[in-house]
Amino acid sequence: MKYAGLLVMPAGFFLTIAALVMFPDGAARAAFAACGLAVEAMGLAVAVRGHMVRDGEGRP
Amino acid sequence: MNAPILSTGAAPAVLVMSEAVFALGLALLLVSPLAIAGVALINTGLGRSRSAAQALVGSLAIVAITAIVFALVGASVAGVLGGAGWSFHAAGKSWNWIGNGPFLLGGFGAATPRTQLAVVFEFLSVAMAALIPWGSGADRWRLTAGCAAAAVLAAFVFPLAAHWIWDGGWLTALGINFGLGAGFLDPGGAATVHALGGLSALVVVWIAGPRRGKFPKEGLSTAMPGHNAVYVLFGCFVALAGWLAWNAAGAIVWLCAPLSTLPLTVVNTLLCASSALAATFAVTRIRFGKPDASLCANGWLAGLVASSACAALVMPGAAIFIGAIAGVMTPLLVELFELALSIDDPSGAIVVHGASALWGILAAGLFAHAAGQFLAQLVGISALLGVFLPLVYLLFASLNRIVSFRVDPDGERIGMDLHELGGGAYPEFVIHRDESYR
Repeated sequence: MKYAGLLVMPAGFFLTIAALVMFPDGAARAAFAACGLAVEAMGLAVAVRGHMVRDGEGRP
Repeated sequence: MNAPILSTGAAPAVLVMSEAVFALGLALLLVSPLAIAGVALINTGLGRSRSAAQALVGSLAIVAITAIVFALVGASVAGVLGGAGWSFHAAGKSWNWIGNGPFLLGGFGAATPRTQLAVVFEFLSVAMAALIPWGSGADRWRLTAGCAAAAVLAAFVFPLAAHWIWDGGWLTALGINFGLGAGFLDPGGAATVHALGGLSALVVVWIAGPRRGKFPKEGLSTAMPGHNAVYVLFGCFVALAGWLAWNAAGAIVWLCAPLSTLPLTVVNTLLCASSALAATFAVTRIRFGKPDASLCANGWLAGLVASSACAALVMPGAAIFIGAIAGVMTPLLVELFELALSIDDPSGAIVVHGASALWGILAAGLFAHAAGQFLAQLVGISALLGVFLPLVYLLFASLNRIVSFRVDPDGERIGMDLHELGGGAYPEFVIHRDESYR
C-alpha cells in the first residue's frame, strides 16, 4: 500500500501540469491544479498509512 | 517603509551587480553557516546523550561530503554556472528540466559576481538540506548511511530542485511561459532546502523505522525527551543570526533586491520567528499547563523556516501572521505525527522544516499580491510532493539495500557514540539503565 501511495503522487503532479497547459483561464486552471494537489494529498495519506507501525507487528 | 521586492518574469541572470552589493552579499553568506550550526546544535540536543558525539560529527561529515559532491557533480546538474540546460518542448512551451553546466566548477573564477554568490549560496543550501534528515534519524541512523544519503542528495536531488527553482528551470519560467506572477519564488530556500530536507527526513524515518522501545507493544508511545535543552535553546539563538543573514543574502542573489529592502527582510525574519515562538508557547501552555521548552524551540525554528519563503516578499503584518500559523501548527502536528501516525522523528524536522516550509511557500503566494503568484507557488508545492518525495524514496530505499540505514540492535542499545565512534560525548557521565527498553 505504501508504494501505491507513492505512485499516486506523481499522477497528481501531472494533473497540476496538465492544468497549466490545458486551461488558459485562471479559475478553471486553479481548480484543476487544486485537484492535482488533492490527488497528491491522498497519495501521501495512503503512503503514511502504509508505513504506520501496527500493533504488535514489526516493532523493533 | 519600502515595499517588498517582487519582480515579474524570471530573475535577471546578467544583472550588473555593484562591488558594494557583491561585498555585502558575500559578507552575509559568510555569516549564514551559523544557521547550519544552529540546526546541528538543536538536532544534537534533541537526541540522546549516548548519541551526541555521533550526531555532531555526522553533521560535520555531512557538510564536508555535500561540499565535495556538489563541487564534483551537483553544480553541473544544477547549472548554476550557466549552460543552456536540457529542455524539451511540449504544448508550445520550453521545459528546461536539468542543467548541464561545467563539471568541477569550471569557469567559476570568471563568472559574474551574481553567479559567484549564487554558487556560494547553493553550497550552503545543499549542506543544510542534507543536514535536516540527519536529525530525524538520530539514535539509529548509521553514520556511513547518513553520509551516503547526503552524497545522493548533493549529487542529484538538490541540484535538480535548485535548477528548477533557482537556475532557470521550468518553475522559474512559470511567469514567462504561463503568466503566473514572477514564477515560483523561493528566495530563502524554503522549498529547495527546507521542504526538500523535511520530505527527505520523512523518507528516512519510514526506512529506518522508529527507535527501539519508542512504540511498545502495549500502551502509548514512550516519551524520549532530548538530552540537553540548553543546546537546543542556544541553537535557536545561533540559528537566528544565521537566518537573518541567509534571508538577506537570498534576497540579493535570487531577487536582485535593492539594498533599501534588506532591512525589511531582516525584520520580517525576526517577526516570523517571534510570532511562531509566542504561538507555540501559548499552545503548549494551554495543552499541557506549562510551556514546553523543546516544542518552543521547534516553534521558533518553524517560524524561521517559514520566513525563508516569504521574508523578502511580504509586509511585517503578514510576517507576524505567517509565523503565528507556523507556531500553532508545529506542536499540534508533532503530537499528531507521533501519537496518531507512529512517526518517530526526534528532531521534529518533518514538521519544522517540511510542513512549515510548505506553509511559508503557500503564504508567500497569498501575500505577495502579484497576479498568478499563488498558483505558481501551488505548482511548486505540487512538484515537491509529486516528484521529489517519490524520487527521494526511490533513491534512499535503493541505497538502504546497499548500505543499511539502521544500526543493529546491540548498537542501538549501547548508543551510537560507543558503537560507531568508540567513545561517548560525556565520558564522565554515569550510564543508567534505560527504562524505555521493555
